[in-house]
Amino acid sequence: MYTWIWRHLPGRMVWKLLQTLVLVAAVSALLLFVIFPWLEPHLPFGNVTVDGP
Amino acid sequence: MTETRPREAADDGHAANILTMPGRHRVVHGSDRIRFVMRGIGQALVTAGVIVLLFVVYELWVTNIFAHQKQVRVRSVLEQQWAQGDDPLVGRLNLPGSRQSTIPAGQGIANLYVPRLGSDYRFTIVQGVDGASLEEGPGHYPTTQLPGQVGNFAVAGHRVGKGEPFLNLDQLRVGDAGVVETKSTWFVYRVLGDVATGDPTVAGVDGVPGRQIVAPSDVAVIDPVPGRPGARPTESLMTMTTCHPKFTANQRMIVHAALSRAVVRNGNQLPKELVGGTI
Repeated sequence: MYTWIWRHLPGRMVWKLLQTLVLVAAVSALLLFVIFPWLEPHLPFGNVTVDGP
Repeated sequence: MTETRPREAADDGHAANILTMPGRHRVVHGSDRIRFVMRGIGQALVTAGVIVLLFVVYELWVTNIFAHQKQVRVRSVLEQQWAQGDDPLVGRLNLPGSRQSTIPAGQGIANLYVPRLGSDYRFTIVQGVDGASLEEGPGHYPTTQLPGQVGNFAVAGHRVGKGEPFLNLDQLRVGDAGVVETKSTWFVYRVLGDVATGDPTVAGVDGVPGRQIVAPSDVAVIDPVPGRPGARPTESLMTMTTCHPKFTANQRMIVHAALSRAVVRNGNQLPKELVGGTI
């Protein structure tokens, strides 16, 4: 998959590296600010209260 | 001479093997496919590992940034209300015949100071223990008493991430102060336990220990008399709950403290339990 992406990025090596950085930043931002905040309430890590079973 | 001879023989054998092998192309093709699949699995595993690491970064760091922003906002709103003479705890306490509080969820109600956890340890306690409220700060269980009242003022807080107000709750020792600031009063609570040995797990007032680890379903720890549902309270207690052990939700750590004194607020003067305190 990564080889395929790398092959399809246009331009020379420096240009490809730059695009890779932008892609990694975009995917990280999507995970940190959209996917994880949505996912987290479904996971048990945040339970700090006592409540009935 | 003697060194090169075996190598030549091996090379010859290898070359002859490839040249004479009838299904050579098919064999190479098959190993390519295996390599392709293995590389795919490897990349998927590495990707999964990076995503899990990123989730750890999110939990330990990013949630704290968001929670801090919310805490700052809720604190400034509460202080504005106090400055305008408005106290969210007064005038809308408990509806007649109901244990339901009418303070809106997410509203800041009081400030909490714990000197043992740092001279700058200060959190605004909000009303409610739902997920959104607990991201703003430690949350007051709405069915429990208010600061200073006889009974139990119970507060839940995150242990890891989301502002992590109760990260070091386990470091509290017997007699340590938890100071609650309302618009009108400083309430000084002290952690229960055996003063002589300093063991917080030993029962103090009303048979209530200073620190205990319980199951998440053990709601009796926030009762007016903790551990004794239905009993009539005579003491003013504060109870703090968080998850235990760190990073998990298997159990709850509970810290109980009893009101030792209440001081009416006087301008900007701090109580003696805090650094620079005079009253």
